[in-house]
Amino acid sequence: MSENEEKIIKVNELEPNFKYEIQAEPGGENITRCFACGTCTAGCPIREVNDQFNPRKIIRMALLGMKERVLSSDFIWLCSSCYTCAERCPQEVKITDLMNVIKNIAVREGYIHPSFVAQMEALNSHGRLYEIGEFDNEKRTKLGLPQIEENAEDTKKLFKQKGVDKLLQVAKEGEE
Amino acid sequence: MRYALFLGCTVPVRALNYELSARKVAHKLGIELVDINDFSCCGFPVKSVDRDTFLLMAAKNLSLAEEKDLDLVSLCSACTSILTEANKELKEEESLRKKINNKLSVLGRKYEGKIKVKHFTRVLYEDVGLEKIRENLKVDLSKFSFAAHYGCHYLKPSGIYEDFDDVENPKTLDELIEVTGAKSVLYEDKKSCCGGGILGINEMTALKVAKNKLDHIKSTKADAICLICPFCSIMYEGSQKKIEKQFEVEYNLPVLYYPQILGLALGISPEELGFKLNRIKPREMLAKL
Repeated sequence: MSENEEKIIKVNELEPNFKYEIQAEPGGENITRCFACGTCTAGCPIREVNDQFNPRKIIRMALLGMKERVLSSDFIWLCSSCYTCAERCPQEVKITDLMNVIKNIAVREGYIHPSFVAQMEALNSHGRLYEIGEFDNEKRTKLGLPQIEENAEDTKKLFKQKGVDKLLQVAKEGEE
Repeated sequence: MRYALFLGCTVPVRALNYELSARKVAHKLGIELVDINDFSCCGFPVKSVDRDTFLLMAAKNLSLAEEKDLDLVSLCSACTSILTEANKELKEEESLRKKINNKLSVLGRKYEGKIKVKHFTRVLYEDVGLEKIRENLKVDLSKFSFAAHYGCHYLKPSGIYEDFDDVENPKTLDELIEVTGAKSVLYEDKKSCCGGGILGINEMTALKVAKNKLDHIKSTKADAICLICPFCSIMYEGSQKKIEKQFEVEYNLPVLYYPQILGLALGISPEELGFKLNRIKPREMLAKL
């Protein structure tokens, strides 16, 4: 798609129900309150250094029903969850939670970011983001800190409850 | 004062100086910290992937502390925020609690919503209090100045933290620094994020966010940055050399955890507070002690 073509919004490709799909999830309820003032974008520390990320634009795109473009984008993963926007939004859109709703929907539609696949795999294998091996426990003991046992079984079982384990499998197969 | 100590993923592997100093300070101030071996990840990284699974992971951890009849204290701001959020929702929404407990039963566990979650810094401020800290001071730190970095999740989202501190004009960490006699410096963008949340997504963007703050703090001539979250440290200490190389700047700015600073003021030795583990050596600073 050329840059010009990318900027054209094709009305027949819009999915106007996307905003209701977002509203139905905890955290997404207030999306239709947005009056596009841009307070979110003005205070965003990511936007300050990277033009790709623009919360007001993401909300606008979602409201218009640009579902595919939003869910398949890289930019939805750029939110650092700092909550600056959510604290300042005059319409209480709860933008950080809204971004999580969009990411959750993206994951269900098969668009999980590779960085999250790696994190979920670590959790599935170790119950924690960083493995605690013998080396780490030896270091801890030398410093007088208690040893830590990994408990991956619990997390594995919890991942099965909502199919996060299957998600990881799909992501892996996609890579192969 | 007795709490279950929730270490999370990052502290026990990458921030041993934070853990050491927090335990020493807690001991000195009469806070008993109880370790629970079955704790696992708080659920923070899972929130972006699947909301219910994050709640399940949080509920499991909360139930372990509840079983011991203990409130939970955390050294990591992200863990604090995610566990506080889950705790509030599970306490307030009975139908959600039932739904999550139903799934949690695969572990033979249940969370009834009886405990509180607090950041270690909040425990120092609220439960120990500035007065008691003052009574225990042994070393005057008035030669020093520190740049307080609140980070994001210690106070945000404000809706989950009752009325603790003011998000737009926070003061608790500044007061905790100043009670030691040290000065807490004012600097530009004091409340801004470290960028750590997207380090794995877009490294260059995350480094630029961290660089902004390092620039602002460097211009204050503070002796060190004062942190209360291990992930912020990955950005300001762990990535400082990389930022220096990438952007051709020089900081050599020591990064301390608040309990290391408080520990010095309480008369605990730098050795016991894990200063040897600080990657940017605070030699000049310690020489002033």
